[in-house]
Amino acid sequence: MQVKLTVNGETNTFKIQPGETLLETLRAAGYTGVKCGCEAGDCGACLVLLNDLPVNSCQVLTAAIADEAVTTIEGLSRDSLANLIQQELVAAGGVQCGFCTPGIVVSATALLRANPHPNRAEIQQALASHLCRCTGYVKIIEGIQNVARRL
Amino acid sequence: MEEKPLKKPQESKSVKKTITAQKAPEFTYKPFQLQQFSCVGKSVLKIDGISLARGRALFTDDFQIPQVHYVKFLYSPHAHARILKIDTSGAEKIPGVVDIIHCFNSPQTLHTTAGQGYPEPSPYDTMMFNSTVRFIGDKVAAVLARTPQIADKALKLIKVEYELLPPLFDFEKAYEPGAPQLHPEPGKGYLAGMTYKPEENTCALVEINCGNFEAGIKMSDYTFDETFYTHYASHAMLEPHAVLSYLDEQDRLVIISSTQVPFHARRICAMILGIPERRIRVIKPRIGGGFGCKQEVFLEYYAAYFTLRTGLPAKIVLTRREVFRSTRYRHPMRLHLRVGTKPDGTLQAIWIDALMNNGAYGTHGLTVLSNAGSKVLPLVNKAPHQRFTGRTVYTNLPIAGAYRGYGATQGYFALNQMFDIIADRLNLDVVELFRKNAIRRGETSPIFEKLGEGKAGSRQDIESCGLPDCIEVGLKEIDWYAKRRKRLTDGTRVRGVGMACMMQGSGIPRVDMGSAYMKMNEDGSINLQVGATDLGTGSDTILAQIAAETLMVPIEDIIVKSSDTDFTPFDVGAYASSTTFVSGCAVLRCAQQIREQILGVAAEILREPAESLQMAQKTVRGKARALTFREICQYALYTENQFQIQASSSYVSPVSPPPFSAHFVEVEVDRATGDVRVIKYIAAVDCGTPINPRLVEGQVEGAIVNGISWTLIEEFRFDEKGAQLNTDFGRYKLFTAADIPEIKTILIPTYEPNGPYGAKSVSEVAMNGPAPAIANAIYDAIGIRFRALPITAEKVFQTLKTQSTR
Repeated sequence: MQVKLTVNGETNTFKIQPGETLLETLRAAGYTGVKCGCEAGDCGACLVLLNDLPVNSCQVLTAAIADEAVTTIEGLSRDSLANLIQQELVAAGGVQCGFCTPGIVVSATALLRANPHPNRAEIQQALASHLCRCTGYVKIIEGIQNVARRL
Repeated sequence: MEEKPLKKPQESKSVKKTITAQKAPEFTYKPFQLQQFSCVGKSVLKIDGISLARGRALFTDDFQIPQVHYVKFLYSPHAHARILKIDTSGAEKIPGVVDIIHCFNSPQTLHTTAGQGYPEPSPYDTMMFNSTVRFIGDKVAAVLARTPQIADKALKLIKVEYELLPPLFDFEKAYEPGAPQLHPEPGKGYLAGMTYKPEENTCALVEINCGNFEAGIKMSDYTFDETFYTHYASHAMLEPHAVLSYLDEQDRLVIISSTQVPFHARRICAMILGIPERRIRVIKPRIGGGFGCKQEVFLEYYAAYFTLRTGLPAKIVLTRREVFRSTRYRHPMRLHLRVGTKPDGTLQAIWIDALMNNGAYGTHGLTVLSNAGSKVLPLVNKAPHQRFTGRTVYTNLPIAGAYRGYGATQGYFALNQMFDIIADRLNLDVVELFRKNAIRRGETSPIFEKLGEGKAGSRQDIESCGLPDCIEVGLKEIDWYAKRRKRLTDGTRVRGVGMACMMQGSGIPRVDMGSAYMKMNEDGSINLQVGATDLGTGSDTILAQIAAETLMVPIEDIIVKSSDTDFTPFDVGAYASSTTFVSGCAVLRCAQQIREQILGVAAEILREPAESLQMAQKTVRGKARALTFREICQYALYTENQFQIQASSSYVSPVSPPPFSAHFVEVEVDRATGDVRVIKYIAAVDCGTPINPRLVEGQVEGAIVNGISWTLIEEFRFDEKGAQLNTDFGRYKLFTAADIPEIKTILIPTYEPNGPYGAKSVSEVAMNGPAPAIANAIYDAIGIRFRALPITAEKVFQTLKTQSTR
């Protein structure tokens, strides 16, 4: 079947299989910054914005979101807030293997768009849907705090 | 042996005793002045950080190749069974199914998947497909199909006839007479002839004696006898294992793999597939974490074999469920400690006896076991009589393998609790007990020499040791003397503090080899090619820093490539805390050669002796004038006596300098619910010179949170048939950002003369702290000692309910 989607501002028709998830559709279309860590909505590596709200793309059926707008990490490449988050995460040491990072960048972008000055607890809550085994989260939180300080 | 009756210490019945020893000593720590470097010691940005954060860096599954086909595995539903017949006829009829392999049509080559150097100190006891399956999750067959969905569909149509065999789940009974035998087939065992007793389900046996333990214990005033248990755990790196194989235009087999050991992967694939190494190229792209789980070579050869059989590109990407069920995990261990001390707490004798569960196959069975002694006993070198005995057994449970900490984690869980028990019994400050017994700079331990990785070890003196400073700084930071044995209480919640000391190594001495190749480009930039395997640790960055420091160039001028068996020189890979130390020394030596060549060319141009020239900021300054690196390189490439400024170097170390660390933790136990909350965690770490302090802190913090999570909530649950029940993150919970306590990493720099710019390793050591420190803090809070991991709220609650505290 075919589904029309707007991905990163560009509207295209995607050929999909029945039951295909948005994660599968996006990765097959080359948006490989969207990572697959668990396919169960537990890890947050596949997080994207659906109509500007963060969702785990592995939990969304592509067929169910026809004509809606999706933003992936690739779509944030010229977003000044996302770029700042990326810089600060790297500067803080919040990026190790980097597999969870794109999802976290998308999440943090959504958080800081809605609330440019979150406290530590709010940052922790926003990140609670992401798993990271490398950093222990300390420097990811620090990086996002540093972004908030600069906004 | 006769148990010597314990002398009763004074006031042992009182809980809140006044302890004269536990007064805060004067704080005298003065930080070691780090040598001033230009690039080393600076938190330069991780060189691949931005590309990772932008989602542009490619991981194995991100490589997209036309015509790629997908591999899916059929796993055994039985813990122990013989395969009598496999019927694939139904599956083959499905359109899109290309090939199916299993034990009756694939190479039956015995090997180990351990991914170690050759000959591996792990038993050869497995094949691509074994005709006897030994755990729920053992591979029975693999399908290659046009899509993953078609492959999954085909799996359901493969008919397998099994003869069920009695399963063995209790590792403490594995070597008893009458236990089901897991590996009775002839021909299994070690290439290098280590002890292997399949008739006792025993894949490793170790016994080391230094001094005379029996005599030592008889001479002791106090004796202690305790047993501890550690449990299975998943590495839970975020990227599931992935492999992509294809034939290049010259029909060579290219394997892109999420591996920690590309060169070992090439060697093992060559052996299994029966083709020479020259036909195989292994590429390591970005890796999404490993922690030991990707040291094992257990997927590459399936994809490669399909590619060789069909000519098609083949991709394997494990699901999280598969990662949980059929990869590798931390070895569960039972540790029995016997210790004898003098009245002042000085150790006279210590014996660690370890029984380790390796699951179905024996990967890392000997070396992880050995590390529970070799990385632990040297820390308490004051005991003149030391003994380590150990046995590793097979069970019909998931396969254990390398996992950050590698046996030391299990050993330190026992040792640090034992120290807490001794201190408590002798009415001493546990910190004082460590001060008395811990190894110091200038000292050695006979264990270093006697107990190695599958063979004798390597004698070494400790040339850098910041442990006393780590202890002193940690004490102050946690405010130990204000909190210890105070049981600060708020309603049902009680606080306690605990501590742990630990060390690790830096690579395997006389075994681990790393190498580097460098060449200079016209703009003065340098290509640095290393076999060292950055799996997210930042090793590419710190190796670039070592090169940049030596050549006095900005880090941007070092172009790092790791690792590709065609283009980068050999390195054992990322394990045993080896990269900073071993590969770092290779890079340092290589860079020194490049430096000499640059100075040599400059000397020729300037007609001045090389020794009188000064190198700084990409220029070489002589008496007459200064030359830029560009001028020097252009001269070397185009002008006179032309040559490529290039060098290669290898390094293998006779020693393995241990990083040291002291951890302090404050916990709060809710007596009403059993919930244990970590309030504050302090880790003081001596890793020599921290090449990149931010990345060092990241290694420490990652290990700590992994350790806390493992201690309090992570647990494999099996049903009565041996099937793991919690195979997703919904049921196997990890700590999230919302769960972490206040964590503070304090770097205590020392200078390790054997390391590159004074550096030692840091990736594993911090893993050894959380479990014992937390267990000790819980005891401090509620007077209940948990000798078995994990310490879940449920377990604490049950224990509080049933056990009357002291």
